[in-house]
Amino acid sequence: MTVDDRFVMPEPTDEEPEGIRSEIITGPVSDWATDFSHLEPEWAADPYPIQDDLRQRCPIAHTDRFGGGWLPTTYSDVAAIAYDTERFSSRSIIMGNFRPPRDIAPIGGSPPISSDPPFHQHARKLLLGAFTKTAISRQEPATRAFCHELIDKFEGRDVVDAATEYAQHIPMRVIADMLGFPPEDGPQFRDFVEDLLEGINLPPEDRITRMERLFSYLLDQVHDHLESPRDDITSYLIGAEIFGQKLTAEHVTGAMALLLIAGIDTTWSAIGSSLWHLARNPADRQRLQAEPGLLPVAMEEFLRAYAPVTMARLVKEDMSWHGVDMKADDWILLSFPAANRDPAQFDRAGQVVIDRQVNRHAAFGLGIHRCLGSHLARMELRVALQVWLERIGQFSLAEPANPAAVRWSAGQIRGPRALPLKIK
Amino acid sequence: MKVRINPELCQGHGRCYDLAPELFGADEEGYGQVLGDGLVSPDQEQTARLAAANCPERAIDVEET
Repeated sequence: MTVDDRFVMPEPTDEEPEGIRSEIITGPVSDWATDFSHLEPEWAADPYPIQDDLRQRCPIAHTDRFGGGWLPTTYSDVAAIAYDTERFSSRSIIMGNFRPPRDIAPIGGSPPISSDPPFHQHARKLLLGAFTKTAISRQEPATRAFCHELIDKFEGRDVVDAATEYAQHIPMRVIADMLGFPPEDGPQFRDFVEDLLEGINLPPEDRITRMERLFSYLLDQVHDHLESPRDDITSYLIGAEIFGQKLTAEHVTGAMALLLIAGIDTTWSAIGSSLWHLARNPADRQRLQAEPGLLPVAMEEFLRAYAPVTMARLVKEDMSWHGVDMKADDWILLSFPAANRDPAQFDRAGQVVIDRQVNRHAAFGLGIHRCLGSHLARMELRVALQVWLERIGQFSLAEPANPAAVRWSAGQIRGPRALPLKIK
Repeated sequence: MKVRINPELCQGHGRCYDLAPELFGADEEGYGQVLGDGLVSPDQEQTARLAAANCPERAIDVEET
């Protein structure tokens, strides 16, 4: 057995993690301009009218929740923050009630997404090669076959849940293959995603327990790979070096956590939102079935209009920025979805135009943190939609009169978590 | 017409080589690269403009020569 003393299981400890905790505030929002919360059901159900309203009257909203934070809603403000790594740190990218200590920068808990310059480029460079369009194209045949398998299971049924029986499984399977995790562990991945991204307002003890569950799973996978190394990203990270040194255990498991979590619910959301749109807009569905060559263009429009991912930043120092007084450690909720619907940037910003040819959207972020998995996400989304549209001639919402039948995730990743569809 | 990618701005979104694979390719890390000398034939001009207009980072220069 290979000995690698980086990866010993940590002793259980009662010590609280260093960092700043803020009071958990939940409940209805009084005014979105001064009390916003991306975790309330109204936001989850339909954030776009809220964002459109804020863009006109603020355009940077504030909240005292989560210990204080800001929500810019114009494309130009979102872009300016994404590009400004001097004033805005990525040391935490999930806005919640816990801020990690400042000395966790520039590496952060899950490099490279949590990293700032100058470390960021080194952590990112390690992973870029595995996620190029060419590297990802090798996953396409298996992804397509898997989509067909999922649809084969719909045989004889009139109503299926496109979120839990289709969209969810595709990115889970692909990222499990790339990381070299057992495919049957998929249901656990779903729990990890919910723990990390949706359990934001749970008591801190619960958050810690859930985080430990994830990292204990990842360490098990590391040990399995130490015993039997193979050609996958986990073995690659275990052997990888920065500045001539092997990565720390925290870097290895942090990067694994990032790839697992970021790779799943994001694309699951994008596939689900696209199918939701097509289920409600039969003309768009029919056009894509008649003109399959239009799908790559339509897909970019779904990514613009239903961008699943919002990031967060932390303000580094007190400052006046674009007319508001930001304090050190204030959150920024960096809403790429709001940027993507800014009428100053896009014609007919609130409409879904499936043949929009010029579409400079920011669904995968802007600047140095451009989504590392964007080529993977695009491949999965394209294949998932192609196979669905080929195999399922007609589909519509199963309960059109009951909007609550479609359930949307709360938090920074938005997509349908229940999507019952009637299929023919 | 001539196209250029500003490597300071390119972040590897890959919209250029998705939309205009005859003009742009990817390096081993996925950053965009101009193929050949960047000169665009008249029948490719439309595609070149489309690729530039879709670059999220505005990293592509289109120079009318």
